[in-house]
Amino acid sequence: MKRAVSRLGLCAAVAAISLTALPAQAAEPAPDLATLQQEIAQMRADYEARISALEAKLAQAQAAAPAAVPTDTADASADATPPAGSEDQSPPVDEASAEPVAAPTANGNAQNPGVSVVLNGNYFADSRDPAASRIAGFPLGDEAGPPVRGFSLAESEITLAANVDPYMSANLTVSFDGQGAADVEEAYIQSTALPGGFTLKGGRFFSGIGYLNERHAHNWSFIDMPLPYRALLGGQLGDDGVQIRWLAPVGMFLEFGAEAYRGDSFPAGGAASRGAGTQTVFVHTGGDFNDSWSWLGALSYVRAKSDGRETFDPINGLDSFTGDTKLGIVSGVLKWAPGGNVVQRNLVLSGEYFFGNEKGQFNGLNADLDRSGWYAQAVYQFRPRWSAGLRYSRMSAGDVPFALAGSTLDDLGHNAWNASALVEYDSSEFGRFRLEYTRDEGDLNAGDQLWLQYTVVYGPHGAHRY
Amino acid sequence: MRKPLKILGLALLMAIGVSSPSWAISVFACEPEWAALSVEIGGPKVTTYTATTALQDPHQIQARPSLIAKARAADITVCTGAELEIGWLPQILAQAANKKIAPGSPGSFEATRYVVLLEKPTSLDRAGGDIHAAGNPHIQSDPRVMLPVGKALAARFAQIDPANAALYQQRYAAFAVKWQAALNRWQARAAPLRGQPIAVQHKTWVYLENWLGLRRVVALEPKPGVPASSGYLAQVLGILQKTPVKMIIRSAYEDDRSSSFIAQRTGKPAVVLPYTIGGTPGAKDLYSLYDDTITRLLAALK
Repeated sequence: MKRAVSRLGLCAAVAAISLTALPAQAAEPAPDLATLQQEIAQMRADYEARISALEAKLAQAQAAAPAAVPTDTADASADATPPAGSEDQSPPVDEASAEPVAAPTANGNAQNPGVSVVLNGNYFADSRDPAASRIAGFPLGDEAGPPVRGFSLAESEITLAANVDPYMSANLTVSFDGQGAADVEEAYIQSTALPGGFTLKGGRFFSGIGYLNERHAHNWSFIDMPLPYRALLGGQLGDDGVQIRWLAPVGMFLEFGAEAYRGDSFPAGGAASRGAGTQTVFVHTGGDFNDSWSWLGALSYVRAKSDGRETFDPINGLDSFTGDTKLGIVSGVLKWAPGGNVVQRNLVLSGEYFFGNEKGQFNGLNADLDRSGWYAQAVYQFRPRWSAGLRYSRMSAGDVPFALAGSTLDDLGHNAWNASALVEYDSSEFGRFRLEYTRDEGDLNAGDQLWLQYTVVYGPHGAHRY
Repeated sequence: MRKPLKILGLALLMAIGVSSPSWAISVFACEPEWAALSVEIGGPKVTTYTATTALQDPHQIQARPSLIAKARAADITVCTGAELEIGWLPQILAQAANKKIAPGSPGSFEATRYVVLLEKPTSLDRAGGDIHAAGNPHIQSDPRVMLPVGKALAARFAQIDPANAALYQQRYAAFAVKWQAALNRWQARAAPLRGQPIAVQHKTWVYLENWLGLRRVVALEPKPGVPASSGYLAQVLGILQKTPVKMIIRSAYEDDRSSSFIAQRTGKPAVVLPYTIGGTPGAKDLYSLYDDTITRLLAALK
């Protein structure tokens, strides 16, 4: 007991001394057999490292020569008779390993922005005239309809992206339609260094609402958007504005976002409220059930003011709307891959329910319509590079007042729906060929559509959204 | 002499433990081997989250919501680098809104920066398949890389958490001694493998080949990341008739079709290697990963 106490005293004294001389103590511990062994081992490792780094460089230099023509057979035979140095023990160890140096980042583009290009081409067959395409009861925005019949160059995209400075990044996406007309699809700056999990974005960009909305056309799981996106958001919602996102500091993924837009894009029009006509809020959440199953859920709300929004209907001609559009979206995504390995097989199930109200003056007449729509889809990759998908979409336009009977808002008692089947072959991560068949009962005049599409992406390797 | 030293060490550790708050570095490890190395270096001063398992192809991971949430809370990402994670990590970083782990900051650690990479391509063209510009990223199949990477990681932990710098250096020094002993043991066991010809499914094993002196005769992928056609496999069989191999190697996450096919036709064993911790039942930690790898290779040699 006494001994223990004295030892404790000694211990405390030593601790006090050692605290004052902490750096020296840590750097030069007293010689002990174990530490000596350590030092010797480290010295040996260091020397070995230096020698082997040189050896590795030599071996690399030797190996570089015969591998100049990397064709299949040449590759194999070059492997069969390895260069003389390759059996040497040449551990790939760098001698300058200890310093956490700022070696050049693997940026690949020096000071130039990353340039990536997307090319799309279609063959489209429709049993009806695609120019007369409608979704019963819904006035449609510009890009909501199908493409022209036959072969056509679909939208091509060029994206330039880079960090601007330590605080923000920038992204410009210019799209070219089949006729060659250029359009600024997205052009935004985004914060990269805000504390607290905040991200700010400003410029022109696709809204974070829903699940599919933020994706560019080449990342959609089907060739066209499902009916509710086409009918209620004009394909997808994108406009000039600002966005704030906040990722909550909790164990599970929980993200809140809010946006304010000019209000020039469908379902708004005419940049109402002095050029701040559209507002949105959204919440995204998600997680893993286990290694194989993961999920994402979202709730979104859009409020859009229109001041003389003009839309064109093949039967009724030009329509004008002034008033308020409110839209809620409930989204769910479920993904499966055996053990989380998506390469061989994987399944993506997703569905969204849209509901809302449009109230105001339609062609000068009072309208107050409750509308809704939904879609559900499944895409299954059944073997590497091959997948198949099914999708069903359905809309409900709501009852029109007597004065608007026969107008574009009148669905004549028909709930628009369509059903699609898809087969996809990917030549690699960067090349894709798709065949899609759609039975379209979007209008009283039903029809069949067949698409054939290629999509290629080239430039820096992009990382994909969930 | 020794007892007081031990007590001194204990007192030092206690002093460190008391003087710093009970804070631990939160590590987002892209692959299991780096999570294990982080624990070797950081010990009780780190908590780790492993983003992938040995049964997932680290080239192709989905930027799942769970990964974004973990990256949001991380102090450092410990990853392979050399573009292995290029298809998913940038997306996670973009959505995680965590400047601590932004590329180029102290909280972004890439193991391949501290190792001389092999198979650096002479030209970058996707016609050549899935090529990594910086060189072959699958460095962990050579356990010798754990020394320089561990040393660099200790320095990085010390930079992020200066209060415990001495602890990280000590733990690295202790690890280096233990690891060197393990390396000697593995190399002695693996001596019969030296010079043995093998076929590989994907060019994942160049660092293992280099370490143990295995001789790669052919890969079952015509180009990296491009699955073999039946025509190409016939070509491979032709090569293997002229230059027989002892075994066909693939990683746990890879499809077994090509290697099983070639194994059947040639009568040579198809060997599944763990690739990383958790790839096989035997590969439970950083040490047994290499124990099991060598055991499996030796078993196939018989």
